Amino acid sequence: MLEVSNIESGYGPVQVLFDVSLQVNAGEILCLMGRNGAGKSTILKAIMGQLPVTGGSITLDGKPLHTMPAHLIPKQGIGYVPQGRRLFKELTVAENIEVGLMTRGEGASTRDWVLDLFPRLRERLSQVAGTLSGGEQQMLATARALCLRPKVLLLDEPTEGLQPSMIELIRQVVIKMKAEGYAIILVEQRVDAVLSIADRVTFIENGKDRETVLAAELRRDKTKLKTYIGV
Amino acid sequence: MDFGPHLMLASLEGAVISAILVLTAMGLSLVFGVMRVVNVAHGEFFMLGAVLAWVVSTTLGGHPAIGFIGALIVAPVLVGCIAAGVDRFVLKRVNYDADRTIVATIGVLYIIQQSTLMLYGPEARPVQPPFNTRLSLPWFEFGENGFAMIWPWGLSITSYKLFVIFAAAAVLVALWLLLTRTRIGLIMRATQQDSDTAQAFGVPVGKVYSWVFGLGAGLAALGAVLVVPIQQAHYLMGGDPLLLAFIVVIIGGLGSLPGTVIAALLIGMSDGIISVFFSPTLAKIIATFLVAMVLVFRPQGLLGRAET
Ligand SMILES: Nc1ncnc2c1ncn2[C@@H]1O[C@H](COP(=O)(O)OP(=O)(O)OP(=O)(O)O)[C@@H](O)[C@H]1O
Ligand SMILES: [Mg+2]
Repeated sequence: MLEVSNIESGYGPVQVLFDVSLQVNAGEILCLMGRNGAGKSTILKAIMGQLPVTGGSITLDGKPLHTMPAHLIPKQGIGYVPQGRRLFKELTVAENIEVGLMTRGEGASTRDWVLDLFPRLRERLSQVAGTLSGGEQQMLATARALCLRPKVLLLDEPTEGLQPSMIELIRQVVIKMKAEGYAIILVEQRVDAVLSIADRVTFIENGKDRETVLAAELRRDKTKLKTYIGV
Repeated sequence: MDFGPHLMLASLEGAVISAILVLTAMGLSLVFGVMRVVNVAHGEFFMLGAVLAWVVSTTLGGHPAIGFIGALIVAPVLVGCIAAGVDRFVLKRVNYDADRTIVATIGVLYIIQQSTLMLYGPEARPVQPPFNTRLSLPWFEFGENGFAMIWPWGLSITSYKLFVIFAAAAVLVALWLLLTRTRIGLIMRATQQDSDTAQAFGVPVGKVYSWVFGLGAGLAALGAVLVVPIQQAHYLMGGDPLLLAFIVVIIGGLGSLPGTVIAALLIGMSDGIISVFFSPTLAKIIATFLVAMVLVFRPQGLLGRAET
C-alpha cells in the first residue's frame, strides 16, 4: 500500500536518510526500531512531505507522493501522529478534532466514531488542548489523525512518557485500526510493545534501513535486537 | 471651556485616533502572530490605501459618498492583492527567515514609497468626507436649578468622526468573528500555532500566509481610507502609523490580538488627550517611554505570553 523506495532526505544541507526503503500493507503493523537519532522520525516527516526528498520515491497505491505539495499528502489518506504530539495547544479539543475532520472533509459520523474510541475527550471538548494531561494529549493527537479516516496511519512514539494503562489504551486502538484494514507504521522503542503488536519490524541505523524481519521471528530469536538497539 | 467638556472633547479625538490605530495595529499583529514576520512595510500599505482612496474618489467623481464607498471597497482589496504578491514573490523567496524578512520589507517600503512619489507626486491631497455635519454635544451640570443639560460652545464632533469610531468597532467585531467562528479563522489559528502540523492536516500553509499578509495590509489600507477625509493623503504619511502600530503591538504583546486592541485604545486615547491638553510631541514621547517601560518590566507585553 505505502511504499518507500530508496529515499534520500535531510535538513537543509545535512543529509540524514540514505537510501531508505520500506513498505507496509493494508491491515499490517510495521514497526520502526532504532537508536535515538537513527532517523525514524525523519522518515515519517519525509513521507508527510515536510522534508525535501532528494532521491528515490514514495508511493501510495502506486501514486507518487514525493512530488506532491505537502498539504495534499494527508488528503490522500495518511494520518500522522507526530513525536511529541504537536497539538494545536491553544485550540480546544473540539477545534483540534475539527482541523482533523477538515483535512478530508469528514463529518459528524467520523467525529462520533473517534469520540467513541476516546470517550474521555468527549467530556473535555471545550478544554484547551495545552491544559490536557499527557495521556489525554496523546489521545487527542491520535484522535485527530483518525479523523481523516486514513488508509495509512503513522505513529511516532505514541506511548512516550505514558503510564501503563494509557499505553494499553493506545495499543488497543492501534490493534483495532489494524483490524479495520489500516496500514500502520509505528515508531516504538519498547521491545515488549513491539513484539506484542508488530507484524514486521524494520531496523533503522544511521539513516539507513538495515534489515526487515517478521515479528514472529524476532520473538523466537532476540539477537537482532541486541545488534541494532543493544538490548 | 470647563475642564469636563474639554476632557470629553479630547477623549473623542483620542477615540478617533484609537479607531484608526487599532485597525493598523491589528494588521501588523495578525501578520506577526501567524507568520512571525515583522512587516516594516506596513506603514506603506497604509499610505497606499490613502493614496488609492484619493485616486478612486477623484476618478469616480460625483457626490463625495460615491467616491468614498468606492474607495472603501477598492483600496483595501487592491492593497491586499499587492501585499499577497509581495508575500509570494519576496517573503516566500527568503523562506520567511526572521532577519531576511526585515531587510526585505525595508526594501518593499522604499519601493512602494518612491513609486508613489513618482506616480502620485509630493503633494498632500484631501478626500471629501461623505458627510460631515457638526454635531453639538451636551454636557451635564449641577446648577441652581439642580441637574441640567447644557450645550457648551465648541463641544462638538463631526458626524464623520463618529462614523470612523463605529466603523472601526464594526470591523473589529467582524475580524473577531472571522477568527473565532469560521473555518478560515480556525485554519489561521492552527497555522499560527504549528505550521508544520497544520500542513500535515491538509492546510495549504503557503496560501494561508498570502491571505494573512493580504488581510493585514488590507486592514491598514482600510484604516487609511477612513483617515483621509480627516488627514490628507501624502506619500510620506506611512511613517507615523508604522511607529505607533509597532508601539501598540509591543505594548499589547506580540501577536496577541486582545492585547493589541487594549494597547491601541490606551495609546490612541492618551495620544488624543495629551495632544489636546499639552502637545502632540509630548504624546509621542510618552508613548515611546511606555514602550521602554514595557520592554523593561514586562517584555512579553501586557497580554503576551512569555516564550516557553
Ligand atoms: N530540524 C532538524 N534540523 C537538523 N537536524 C535534525 C533536525 N531534526 C533531526 N535532525 C537530525 O536528524 C537525525 C535523525 O533524527 P530523528 O529525529 O529522525 O531521529 P529518531 O530516530 O526519531 O530519534 P529519537 O528516537 O530520538 O526520536 C539526528 O541526527 C538529528 O540530530
Ligand atoms: Mg523520533
